[in-house]
Amino acid sequence: MALGDTLIEVAGVAKHFGEGETRVDALRAVDLTVRAGEVIALLGPSGSGKTTLLNIIGCILAPSSGRVVLDAEPVFDGRWLRRDLRRLRLDKIGFIFQAHNLLPFLTAEENVAVVLDLARRPADEARSRARELLDYLEVGHRAKVKPALLSGGEAQRVAIARALANRPRIILADEPTAALDSARAGLVMDLLRKLAVEQQACIVTVTHDEKIFDRFDRLIHLRDGRLAAA
Amino acid sequence: MNLALKDIRHGLFRFLLTCFGLGLLMTVVLAMIGIYNGLVADALAVVKAPAADVWVVEAGTKGPFAEASSIPADTRDAVARMPGVAEAGAVNYQNVEAPHAGHTLRLYVVGYEPGRPGGPLAIMQGRGIGASHFELVADRKTGLLPGDTISLGRNRFTVVGLVEGAMNSGGDPAVYLTLSDAMALQTELDPAAQRVQAARGAVSVKSASVAAVIARMAPGADVDLLTATVRQWKHLAAMTQAEQEELLLASVVDKARRQIGLFLGILLSVSAVVIALIIYTMTMEKLKQIATLKLIGAPDRTIIALIVQQALILGASGWAIGLLLILTVKDYFPRRVVLEPFNVMVLAGIIAAVCVLSSALGVRAAMKVDPATALGS
Repeated sequence: MALGDTLIEVAGVAKHFGEGETRVDALRAVDLTVRAGEVIALLGPSGSGKTTLLNIIGCILAPSSGRVVLDAEPVFDGRWLRRDLRRLRLDKIGFIFQAHNLLPFLTAEENVAVVLDLARRPADEARSRARELLDYLEVGHRAKVKPALLSGGEAQRVAIARALANRPRIILADEPTAALDSARAGLVMDLLRKLAVEQQACIVTVTHDEKIFDRFDRLIHLRDGRLAAA
Repeated sequence: MNLALKDIRHGLFRFLLTCFGLGLLMTVVLAMIGIYNGLVADALAVVKAPAADVWVVEAGTKGPFAEASSIPADTRDAVARMPGVAEAGAVNYQNVEAPHAGHTLRLYVVGYEPGRPGGPLAIMQGRGIGASHFELVADRKTGLLPGDTISLGRNRFTVVGLVEGAMNSGGDPAVYLTLSDAMALQTELDPAAQRVQAARGAVSVKSASVAAVIARMAPGADVDLLTATVRQWKHLAAMTQAEQEELLLASVVDKARRQIGLFLGILLSVSAVVIALIIYTMTMEKLKQIATLKLIGAPDRTIIALIVQQALILGASGWAIGLLLILTVKDYFPRRVVLEPFNVMVLAGIIAAVCVLSSALGVRAAMKVDPATALGS
């Protein structure tokens, strides 16, 4: 597989919570590089720092120290280098959640289009892009249905379409297959891999799902806030 | 894409139910405003009805509404002859209770001299009093109809006409009689009492006194000069129409007005708390969705707009439902409910301000939501 540009560069990133006797080191000088087209998994027991690392890459949590570069843009170097982190997330990062987190009051199509609406794209363009993605993910026929009426697999594919709506090059997924059976989990991971290659994006997934381990390019093990193996 | 409207449509029944609840509260607020206005309007109705320029009453009293007043009936002739007076009429006021159609009617009896100031301004149905005795013109709220008869005192009166909006500050509907009938009603004893008085050799208690004399001025005449002249008579006092209205509001309805005003303030405060609680609860139920919106990059203004727009829609719907309900039921209130467009619009402004302020609590909770919470299962 041909890998492209470096999309995620995490250098010497540490994160601790509390001070003194109550201090907990969630991450200790982690280095990680992810290239376009790569699909990697963050593995490790509970409390190993997987979610903390995902939140730092997603610009939701500030590291205590270190440097983060996303899509060639330095975003953290001892402090945030951009004030508008939500705009950064909107432009560069797509999120896929364990429980899909679709907005219940919007249809499948609107759930995808809302991302483009937030980016102030014209409504026609937003709807057309949403339909294109839903068709691509084979849930176009459910475009006008609210999330409550979608099956688990359909809802997760709509969530993936939402994550891709703004053509982000970094996709962060938190247990994306936890609610799916093995067949559907495999299909979702194949789909993510296909997208990563076609759209030259990278995918970082937190997972415990052993049955999909073979779908990743790399398995990153975290233990006590340190990278155990790469 | 308007997220506030989409969210409302998603839970439309529940939202409408909430709006209806708020609408009922707004109905009470509007009813209190209407009762407050009605109290003032009712109090002034009886003062405004004669379209007087000057009220001549007993010296040392604030009559005839704030205090009892009794002046000789022939004062009318003296006042009518004064410079600048176009016409004058004597009037009498009293409350009576009279049985009618199985009910007891509480009536405000106005005695006046037909053809002179003091009578009803406009007859809405039927005609004015044409006979010297035993005819009356009633306010429509009495429930009497032209042709009905009713016993007042020892005599039976026929209703010949109807007026609207004539009542005293207590809300009792008015009936207009000739002054002589009204004076007889006030002073005549029943036969048994008359026999006792006769046996005692007492003279009749009838006296030719009236409550006030109303004067209308000729165009360009000096009202102040007339009042000053009247006051020179030691047994009389005079006040202008404006002074009479001010006196009535300050003395007769002031406490009730302040009481209702205070209650209105409490109701508005309760409404503000209720709206704040509803908006806060609605926001708290959406925290996960707000976290998701933040995570996917929604700016604060989108989330604030979602909450504030819903608060304003809630307030506007509650206001509209309240207005619709009060307009439907206002005529069933025992006291007059007067809603002026200005009051209704001011309430709309207050509700809008309350909604915006109340949504601050929800906005604060939404702003504190960590987008990372969307990542948890």
